[in-house]
Amino acid sequence: MTELKLELKEKIIEQLNLEDVSADDIADQDPLFGEGLGLDSIDALELIVMLDKDYGIKLADPKEGRKIFESVETMAAYITANRSA
Amino acid sequence: MTRPVYINGIGSVSAQKTFDNSVFLEDVTYRSDTIINVISPDYKSYIPPAAARRMAKGIKMSTVSAKTAIQEADLEENKIDAIIVGTGLGCIGDSEKFVRDIIDNNEQYLTPTRFIQSSHNTVAGQLALGMGCKGHNFTYVHSAISFESALLDAKLQLENKEADNILVGGVDELVDHHIDTHRLIEHIKQEPVATMAVLKSGTKGAIFSEGAHFFVLSGEKSHSCHAELVGVSTFNNLSKNQVSEKARSFLEENNLTSDSIDLIILGYNGDVEFDGYYDGLANGLFSNTCQIYYKHLVGEFDTASGFAFWLGNKIIRHHNIPPVLRLNSVEVSEPKLILCYNQYRGENHSFTLLRKC
Amino acid sequence: MGAGVAITGIGIISAIGGNVSENYRSLISGKIGIDKITQIETVHKDEIMVGEIKDDNPTLEKRLKFLENQNSRTVLIGCIAAQEAVEQAGILDINDVRTGFISGTTVGGMDKSEQYFYDYFDRPEVRQHITGLHAGDSTKKIADHIGLKEGFVTTISTACSSAANAIMLGARMIKSRQLDRVIVGGTDSLSKFTINGFKTLMILSDTYNTPFDDNRKGLNLGEAAAYLVLESDAIVNKENKTVLGYLKGYGNANDAYHQTASSEHGDGAVLAMQKALEVAGMDPSEIDYVNAHGTATPNNDLSEGRALIRLFNGKVPEFSSTKAFTGHTLAAAGGVEAVYSILGLQNDVIFPNLNYKTQMKEFDISPVTKVKNKPLNTVLSNSFGFGGNCSTLIFSKAK
Repeated sequence: MTELKLELKEKIIEQLNLEDVSADDIADQDPLFGEGLGLDSIDALELIVMLDKDYGIKLADPKEGRKIFESVETMAAYITANRSA
Repeated sequence: MTRPVYINGIGSVSAQKTFDNSVFLEDVTYRSDTIINVISPDYKSYIPPAAARRMAKGIKMSTVSAKTAIQEADLEENKIDAIIVGTGLGCIGDSEKFVRDIIDNNEQYLTPTRFIQSSHNTVAGQLALGMGCKGHNFTYVHSAISFESALLDAKLQLENKEADNILVGGVDELVDHHIDTHRLIEHIKQEPVATMAVLKSGTKGAIFSEGAHFFVLSGEKSHSCHAELVGVSTFNNLSKNQVSEKARSFLEENNLTSDSIDLIILGYNGDVEFDGYYDGLANGLFSNTCQIYYKHLVGEFDTASGFAFWLGNKIIRHHNIPPVLRLNSVEVSEPKLILCYNQYRGENHSFTLLRKC
Repeated sequence: MGAGVAITGIGIISAIGGNVSENYRSLISGKIGIDKITQIETVHKDEIMVGEIKDDNPTLEKRLKFLENQNSRTVLIGCIAAQEAVEQAGILDINDVRTGFISGTTVGGMDKSEQYFYDYFDRPEVRQHITGLHAGDSTKKIADHIGLKEGFVTTISTACSSAANAIMLGARMIKSRQLDRVIVGGTDSLSKFTINGFKTLMILSDTYNTPFDDNRKGLNLGEAAAYLVLESDAIVNKENKTVLGYLKGYGNANDAYHQTASSEHGDGAVLAMQKALEVAGMDPSEIDYVNAHGTATPNNDLSEGRALIRLFNGKVPEFSSTKAFTGHTLAAAGGVEAVYSILGLQNDVIFPNLNYKTQMKEFDISPVTKVKNKPLNTVLSNSFGFGGNCSTLIFSKAK
């Protein structure tokens, strides 16, 4: 799980082009959207593609993403429970 | 009654070091190539990283150029009433990548950012978003008159008092697939040509490039005013022998004759097939007028005429014509009336007229 | 306030018909143009529905007497619609007065660019499509087709409000006497590019789109071209022309909220509608019918509905979205809906908002769902696009 969380942080930084952020800057429970990392709805769509491509998880409704992408912690938990890749 | 239109601020990112308004082509970069890229400013000092992370190069160039113009006009961003952009191809780098992804990944795992950036109006939209500008927001995408269409729209609005300050610009990026395909059809030169040899290359095609040129046009003249935009006119198709006649009637519409023009800026790009369009003016109507050209320095792109417009404003401000631009030896000490003429491959002709004020 | 700018010709090709009268018949008979995709090979073909023009390219080329595979589909359909508009306006010599052509497009020749992206290098016979990637190239070819020579020709690309903005610029140029006549509108063909692009935004419906329905699932992409001929009063009077309707008001504003989504309360939409009313010199109460943008995405319909409630101060006139018929035709949408607005005014009829079943929870306004005959004097038409672009046109009946 710890490994997955680090992997997710690195992927988020790369996929979303967060040049000035390092994995150490993101705490597991930090909110990714709004206040925390400041991600927006387009980033959410980018993360949905990442779930599909790297972990074989397909989301049909972008609204489902809201809960899953709350933090790295919630993402990791969801991936662990649902991954096929 | 319509009111005059003034250019109160200018900004440029081009293949020469033009992003700094305090200098004027003092340090020219000479090249020998078939394509040339812009000399990039340090984007980070203009754009915060969080805002820049999804920006295509075209948006970054435009942001710097627009900020420079607004700053020079000494205007608060919230005083901009409208944003009008001309671009031949928009942020084509992202369009190309998106198409490549569609084909290479068989329509799977595509991400939205590239698609969003591909909308031609993404530059105008993002500038508006960044400045919170809720006014008129148009994007013109018509090859070599994209920029002039934007100018014309702005002029119409300012004259009719529909707006007081308008940010107008032209932008295009140079990217791989576009270069490769345009080499195939010889729109890009096959062999490198040195900067000062462009005019006499004797070969087909042009040296392709990129750039962003933005201007603050206003209904009121400010202390930073460069010039007045007297007229702009575009033509779909013209034959070589129609160009002089159209130039004459364009000047007549503005109650002027060719004798009153102090300086003409011509869009020669070294394409042996199409430079003849400029010869008619250079050897005829304006043979006794000071003539300059610029595409040997900044290359050819759909909104290259934005550089000519920038140049005209600069020359009026600095009373100085850098020798590297000269086509003939006719002297003029302080140009007051400047005419720009441009066309691309015999289509999309434009005349633009600037006056010292 | 003057009568506005006269409209003397209209032309259209869409999923519900190859000309104006076919479109009208479909609109009043409830014939939907949405179906499975047939003309583009895409892995998404079973998960999407589209508003495709039934004729394939060879059929369109034959109709236009064009050589095979020299033009993008965007050009082909654009030529058909522009030609119909010019013919209807009874124009014999298009260059006899200062005539312009202003077209909106988002994809331009992308259908060919994506098809031959890697082929250009080995297949010289398809290289004519390389320059077609320029959006302006499609406009140029349509201008050539209708015989325009040196006049003013340009292209506007502001995503899904492109054609509405082309109509707006045309009207401004007639009013300020820069032109005597102008053909305005837009054209966009379907492409893998837009299908996949909208797919990444997760706003495509897998079934028939249902504008303003509480359970709406997103939009169906469509393809179309539609143009109007605008002429100055001087020409209309001199040539004693039949006027089909007038363009009275227009407004463009930016939502400045998000790159693709509309603001929660439709600020940009309200501003655009206010500007249009101001130009028309009208009060909101004078609007008889609203042809809504109504794409059937969760975001658009909520934002637009709220904007209508704000603008009309709760007393929203009858409204409907015709996108359940045609799909969302992107850059052409403003042109398509301008043609439908004029048809509504000419025939005193409101076209239905098909597929509507469930009232939206967020407000209590609901669209007209059946063909309704009603005297119409003024119609307001909205078109909104990416980049926060919001446009409104107001049309009035010919007197």
